[in-house]
Amino acid sequence: MIPEAGLAALWLAAALAALQFLAGGIAVHRPQGNELLASLVRPAAAIQALLTGLAFLALLYVFSVTDLSVKLVASNSHSAKPMIYKLSGAWGNHEGSMLLWVTVMALAGGGIALLERRLPERTMMATLAAQAFVGLGFYAFLLFSSNPFERLPQPAAEGMGLNPLLQDVGLAFHPPTLYFGYVGLSVAFSFAVGALLTRQVTPDFARAMRPWVLFAWIFLTLGITAGSYWAYYELGWGGWWFWDPVENASLMPWLAATALLHSVSVLAARDALRTWTIMLGVVAFSMSMVGTFLVRSGVLTSVHAFAVDPERGSFILALLALYVGSALVLFGLRAGTISEGERFAITSREGALVVNNVALSAILGIVLLGTLYPLLTEAFDVRVSVGPPYFNPVSAIFLVPMLVVLMVGPLLRWRKDSLGRVSKPVLGALVVALAALAAALILGPVEVLPAIGFMLSAGVAVASVMPLAGRNVLRLPLATWGMVLAHLGVAVSLFGMAADSAFTKEVLVAARPGDTSEVGPWTVMLDDARPVAGPNWTAMAGNMSVSYRGGDAIHVAPQARNYWSPVQSTSEVAMATRWNGQFYAMIGDEGEDGRWQLMLWWKPFVTWIWYGGLLIGLGGMLALVGRVIADLKRRDIQRRVSERRDDAEVTA
Amino acid sequence: MNTALKPKHQRLVLVMLALAVLIGAALLAAWALRNQASFFYVPSDMAADPPKPGQAVRLGGMVQEGSIETEADGVTVNFLVGDGDATIPVRYSGILPDLFVEGSGVVAEGRLGTDGTFAADNLLAKHDENYVPRELEGMHREQAGELVAESLQ
Repeated sequence: MIPEAGLAALWLAAALAALQFLAGGIAVHRPQGNELLASLVRPAAAIQALLTGLAFLALLYVFSVTDLSVKLVASNSHSAKPMIYKLSGAWGNHEGSMLLWVTVMALAGGGIALLERRLPERTMMATLAAQAFVGLGFYAFLLFSSNPFERLPQPAAEGMGLNPLLQDVGLAFHPPTLYFGYVGLSVAFSFAVGALLTRQVTPDFARAMRPWVLFAWIFLTLGITAGSYWAYYELGWGGWWFWDPVENASLMPWLAATALLHSVSVLAARDALRTWTIMLGVVAFSMSMVGTFLVRSGVLTSVHAFAVDPERGSFILALLALYVGSALVLFGLRAGTISEGERFAITSREGALVVNNVALSAILGIVLLGTLYPLLTEAFDVRVSVGPPYFNPVSAIFLVPMLVVLMVGPLLRWRKDSLGRVSKPVLGALVVALAALAAALILGPVEVLPAIGFMLSAGVAVASVMPLAGRNVLRLPLATWGMVLAHLGVAVSLFGMAADSAFTKEVLVAARPGDTSEVGPWTVMLDDARPVAGPNWTAMAGNMSVSYRGGDAIHVAPQARNYWSPVQSTSEVAMATRWNGQFYAMIGDEGEDGRWQLMLWWKPFVTWIWYGGLLIGLGGMLALVGRVIADLKRRDIQRRVSERRDDAEVTA
Repeated sequence: MNTALKPKHQRLVLVMLALAVLIGAALLAAWALRNQASFFYVPSDMAADPPKPGQAVRLGGMVQEGSIETEADGVTVNFLVGDGDATIPVRYSGILPDLFVEGSGVVAEGRLGTDGTFAADNLLAKHDENYVPRELEGMHREQAGELVAESLQ
């Protein structure tokens, strides 16, 4: 019964989306005489959110009880799995993840319908109609080609299980987080389309859109950070970013959202960059859909390509063409009618943010071209793969000037400023940057990119806290704190990347129990190798005693695991974490002579990469909270003013 | 009006600058892709027309039966990758992928040395039913492709 109820809820939600689209569209086209229709739009969006939420709960339920009469459960779950992986298995497959997508999208639509009151009602109607229009395509996709609630004619005796690489706590939270980000950008898209349709590209529009962009961006940031850490310890290659198509698919919307976040601030504060902000709103969600297409269609090989089906790719491609195409046509028709906003000098906060936006867009283009290039050459029957030798240096060409401007930009005033006024703090940051470069070169031979990384991370770290100087830190707006923290996070993360790529030590040995090896400052002794068993796997565990600079021994035990449903082997790495880095170990096969292959790494400051990501996300949260509180205060004041006016009228 | 740009002109200048940077980025990317993309070879291609030594490429084919040898250090393996026409010796230091066995398909990432041995940095083998290196699909056009396809089923 539960699966059928879930499916029914989905159909009802789709019908409401159709109503929301039509009623909203008519209300925008002909506001007079259609007040009744217009009054239906917000409730339709809210109830839709409720219904998709129920459908998703129904899916969670069938997974939690392992209802093997449901095809999706039978092919992706197993009764012997731990509960958390039963639940996370609900979205670790194509149908479930698309249901999650639709659910998040409806929740976001319901959110704007219930919460957003600042915009002109006609723009709101256009925004909600656009949100419903995008939603309809994904409902169609879900209901016609990827029904998650499909029953089997005969219940299966046992489920096929979930890919063991996906049986990990990281997976339980990583995809939903990313989806909140991806799909949250649909709100920015709908806002942009709504504003284009009604020609209301104003600072008010930017202030209304900003929290939603921030919201999506925070989730994207955290999702990418978590995904990077997951790939680092689960794939066992010791790397934290592979420039893999699926990783790029999450990076591209993030780049666009980061640019949008900065340009929307310019629009909100200064009423400039109107057209550009609208364009970015369209591009950001387009990148989410390109990402979904790349991940879901399997057109590109990926280490992450777990749930792929080429036939469905064409459906997503059609949706992508429809939405991006129509948005771009609308943009082309309307962009000319949006009048130019306020002017500003090149040396101003706006000028610095323009550099940020252009550089981020350039990096976005570079990542997009690099990701699609193998597809392009394959059309000519030439097979290539594109990796770090392309992505690292080429994106650095644009990242470096952007970070240099990041050192100056937050110190500049809006509209017009002079470099002379901020020369002291900037010179201070430059001196620190050069000192860091010198220190890195003295410590050892460092390649070009890590050396630049050390220099910029030090400079950005110092410059990012400069906006706090000479100000009462207690009275500083939360949003400013958010900016400071996020920029500091960029520096911390960059430092981790530079340190990891410059100073990582790697040792590969074949060791007998009792043998000792050295890797960087660590001494590693293999105590023994023993079989261990888990709920749905068996493994060989290499018990090691490791000590840092002769300190107390820490016990770590990497495993070579064998899962039996589905049959597959994985390597579980073991790590010992210190504040200044991580020891990382893997165990391989036993040789004929009784020696075990061990792969040992010392990765200085590698954890700072993810700490930086978390700081960036935290900065985003502070900014979001600050903006929302400021907005609530403003509403409160407006309400009191109007109440007082009413009182005055009564007593007059 | 003094020297300040009119709003319309400022927008034009900004748009032109942004376009110039973006077009520059695209040209740079196109140039870098031609140079940095790592091309895929099968052994007979590599034997007939070897890539420059030191250039990053991928080599895909079958691990030849009886060719896997582990060196005395216990972590370096040498094996032959073939496609029925030609074989290329490959040397790899590291933990082998779980499904790396003789007679299976493999893609090695690395570079060809001056001595004709392919030094692999990384081996991609079929490590679960959902992941097939794309280069191994459709190898049936090569003479040995049938074998590879069978091994991957």
